[in-house]
Amino acid sequence: MAAVGIWSFAGALLLGSFGFLLSGELGDRRLLLPGSSTDGHYQMELGCNECHGSAFAGESALESACVRCHGPELTAAENSHPKSKFTDPRNADRVARLDARRCVTCHREHWPQGTGELGVSVQQDHCSVCHADIGRERASHAALSWSSCASVGCHRFHDNRASREKYLIEHAGEAAFLPSPTPERAAGGAAAAVAANMAASAEAAPRPLSAADADAPDEIEFGSEDLAAWAASAHAANGINCRGCHEAEGSFRKSVPTSTCGRCHADERAGWVSGKHGLRDGLGLEAMRPELARQPMQANAPDAALSCSSCHRDHGFDRQRAAVDSCQGCHADDHTRAYGDSAHARLWQKEQAGTAPPGSGVSCATCHLPRLPHASGRERVQHNQNDNLRPRDKMIRGVCLDCHGLAFSIDALADEALVERNFAGTPRVHVPSIDWAVARARAQANQAGRGAPGSPPPEPWRSP
Amino acid sequence: MKSCPRAPSERRLATAACLAALCLAASACHSGARSDAGSVSARSTADAVHAVLEADRAVYTREVVNRLQNELGVIQATERWKEDKTLPLPAQMFRMGAEQAASKTEGLHYALISTWAINRQNQPRTDSEKAGLAFIAEHPDQNYYGSETLAGDRYFTAVYPDKAVANACVQCHNQHADSPRHDFKLGDVMGGVVIRIVQKD
Repeated sequence: MAAVGIWSFAGALLLGSFGFLLSGELGDRRLLLPGSSTDGHYQMELGCNECHGSAFAGESALESACVRCHGPELTAAENSHPKSKFTDPRNADRVARLDARRCVTCHREHWPQGTGELGVSVQQDHCSVCHADIGRERASHAALSWSSCASVGCHRFHDNRASREKYLIEHAGEAAFLPSPTPERAAGGAAAAVAANMAASAEAAPRPLSAADADAPDEIEFGSEDLAAWAASAHAANGINCRGCHEAEGSFRKSVPTSTCGRCHADERAGWVSGKHGLRDGLGLEAMRPELARQPMQANAPDAALSCSSCHRDHGFDRQRAAVDSCQGCHADDHTRAYGDSAHARLWQKEQAGTAPPGSGVSCATCHLPRLPHASGRERVQHNQNDNLRPRDKMIRGVCLDCHGLAFSIDALADEALVERNFAGTPRVHVPSIDWAVARARAQANQAGRGAPGSPPPEPWRSP
Repeated sequence: MKSCPRAPSERRLATAACLAALCLAASACHSGARSDAGSVSARSTADAVHAVLEADRAVYTREVVNRLQNELGVIQATERWKEDKTLPLPAQMFRMGAEQAASKTEGLHYALISTWAINRQNQPRTDSEKAGLAFIAEHPDQNYYGSETLAGDRYFTAVYPDKAVANACVQCHNQHADSPRHDFKLGDVMGGVVIRIVQKD
């Protein structure tokens, strides 16, 4: 009986400890991690419930969590392989070989030894399950390795917007460097966009404020630089006084949470909390700090929780600083370090000096925090810096093609060394997707006498 | 008339069951069709669902595409409707509806398939689909009804002829670079609408 009692006590103690660990009340939850998390999730790996729902919620909760965070971007990417393709019973035989109904079939977490780029943990020949006869359909593909489908810049499982055949054909023959800036870019440049947004905002805004209008309580000490920065800011111009941001529940607070910024800049904060800068803040975890990053960071990067003012700086909210200097202040990877000597940087410096047209410069933000059309008709900065990096081909349509031809853009992004050098030089990798698409279209046109690529498109659909 | 089931376990067939209840009278319209498998209720349900799908497609074609494009000249319908900022083609609308429905229910699936599909993934895959397309090609005015077991689940499967009712259908498929057939004529069976209903004991 004594032995039973001891084992019962030990079991209860073990279960209790496990429960406390799960709750985060006792010790570090790292003890529960079955393996290190992917680059996409490591920031939130101690927020177990974010993905698992609860300790025993099961797989459906896990799948729901994937869709909750990644569903909108998959929809925006016109997901080539939505779940509905695989829940259709006509594909049951394929699902038996690769259960693509479930995210975790291809994206297994806590398995670093078997997980690659973008958290992909499925074998690289998975395309063969459904597309085994592609070599018969397209002679150009007959000799290709299945592992090359998604690894050389041609196809992606979810987002294929930049590799659709007709799109490739339309952009065939483009020069590496388009006339810069294009009329669209000049009109949509940063300065023009900000001016348009400000003009639209001003319609409903109170009168502009000056330094004399600052309504901070007398007992609050702040520097004249802060006051001057605020007085020159868009906030003052739009009637946003000190208390507008610093006051909460009747008291004046020094630090301003990002949720306060989000009251007016909802889209910007929504993007920010979706990216690696604001993910933890958005989930209610301790905010991200440079020292927690897996990417190389500057040794003297500020050891501070990331917030809006980390990049924009308090009171002045300088967009130019946020576009380059803030990035370089923390990031120390090869790509960032090479930016200063890049052609992109030279264009940015000329624009800042006023010797080049608005919109002609290329900052870090130009590519990683791009200005995108918004439903309101005004542009919005995508503050999720990862949005067009998963995979990086997503950057082609929204960014690269503003200045470069499609073939050059595809090749450049497929050249890892060139990316590391921040595009100093020309691509030494060639992705033949455009060549193949054009050749196939020509062959089809010759065979059927339907005209060559570049001829007028067929008549629009006509109903009876 | 029975009310629509609302319990979660029954929800996946709720839509189909409601439609069947409303359209049982229409089930007499498929005389002459092959009926070697499937219960009458499943067949009636499939016929009812097909009637709705066909009606929605016809209305979209007539009142949206034809009216806005051909009568008013406001907007066109093109294959790359999203990029072109135009209207989806009726067949694309149909496929999008099928995907949307698949995300709402597990008991009912439908698809537009063809032996000469522009996208090879829409060619027949199961034995029933192959048999169904062969049957409606030989009997253009009849439907195919059968049953099949897929991944351990038994399905009632119906295939309805999808005919070229407009010059646009013929022209687009005959001219499309990826089309495996270029000699369609008006009235030809270009493919079939396959409807599957899961059969639970």
